[in-house]
Amino acid sequence: MSGKPRLTYFNGRGRMEPVRWLLAAAGVEFEEVFLETKEQYEKLIKDGVLMFQQVPLVEIDGMKMVQTRAILSYIAGKYNLYGKDLKERALIDMYVEGISDLMQMILMFPFSPPEAKEKNLDSIKERATNRYFPVFEKVLKQHGQDFLVGNKFSWADIQLTEAILAVEEKIPTVLSGFPQLQVI
Amino acid sequence: MAGKPKLYYFNGRGKMESVRWLLAAAGVEFEEEFLETREQYEKLLQGGSLMFQQVPLVEIDGMKMVQTRAILSYIAAKYNLYGKDLKERALIDMYVGGTDDLMGFIMMFPFLSAEDKEKQRAFIAQKATSRYFPAYEKVLKDHGQNFLVGNNFSWADVHLLEAILMVEEKESDVLSGFPQLQAFKARMSSIPTIKKFLEPGSQRKPVPDDKYVETVRRVLQMYYDVKAN
Repeated sequence: MSGKPRLTYFNGRGRMEPVRWLLAAAGVEFEEVFLETKEQYEKLIKDGVLMFQQVPLVEIDGMKMVQTRAILSYIAGKYNLYGKDLKERALIDMYVEGISDLMQMILMFPFSPPEAKEKNLDSIKERATNRYFPVFEKVLKQHGQDFLVGNKFSWADIQLTEAILAVEEKIPTVLSGFPQLQVI
Repeated sequence: MAGKPKLYYFNGRGKMESVRWLLAAAGVEFEEEFLETREQYEKLLQGGSLMFQQVPLVEIDGMKMVQTRAILSYIAAKYNLYGKDLKERALIDMYVGGTDDLMGFIMMFPFLSAEDKEKQRAFIAQKATSRYFPAYEKVLKDHGQNFLVGNNFSWADVHLLEAILMVEEKESDVLSGFPQLQAFKARMSSIPTIKKFLEPGSQRKPVPDDKYVETVRRVLQMYYDVKAN
């Protein structure tokens, strides 16, 4: 056993992608097991490693962790990407949760029926430009620092970067009203 | 200013109920402002208090906190209900993630059509008894302790009790196959702060009814149909 965290998921983004981003940004090498067959998944369930019969699963530090948020919080805490005190953690949590709501819309997008896709794309664009991006544009403008929280690189910065890139893939011009975010 | 946390939400459970539970369990008094009109909501929006234009909003320690999970994590940590180290916190986060998913199925319930309500009731009972309750039953059985994590009362215990009671409201005998959870429920309910919260006259909110649904729809102008799982 290499001691590296081991990620079990489909060979794709889904709910595991933020975990990959966070580990990579923290400079942590990790291994991946890709679920390709129903038998693999059923074996995981039979072996009792999936607490709620769901993936993502991340084996890390002797734990079989499920629930994406729990996994991300643990990694952020372990690698000092979670602020210096309770209040900074609260800010990071607020930002990350907001971004996660936006990412949820993008996550669900491939599963929408063809006739709903354009409407969903418009929703993503509307939410990104009217609800989420303005918040972070304002935060960065107001304190003028390079990072969202506490003048230090944190989970919030990584999550926001991932979200911006994911939205840009769908809507290339989405950052046109957000000079602060463009610099990220 | 009293210095007490102040909760802004509808006069009903929704996403704020878990916050009420946690504060109550921690023995923390709190104030509430109930959203009844669209105007109140727009005033909050215009005042810039709602970071993502959404409630719940909790004013606590000089912060205007939004995002339920962020609020709950802050309260849990502040009142020592979040374990003693990173690994205990990870366990609590995992357990809370599960009960959160389960309560999410129930949260949409009042907004469903009568027909969908029956479907959803069955769905909730099935998920509770085949996916979620077995997981917590096993945790308690394996370590034989009174609390879920670290032999110490934590956010995970409060959240699980809340979830159990909510599912029982939909399916009263749902705990019949889970002796550990039955004992857990009895133990948790007798903790003084929780016992008080369970008594009439507390700030715990009742099962949501049509009036609640109507208020939410009116204040948020949320008139679309909600589908069952």
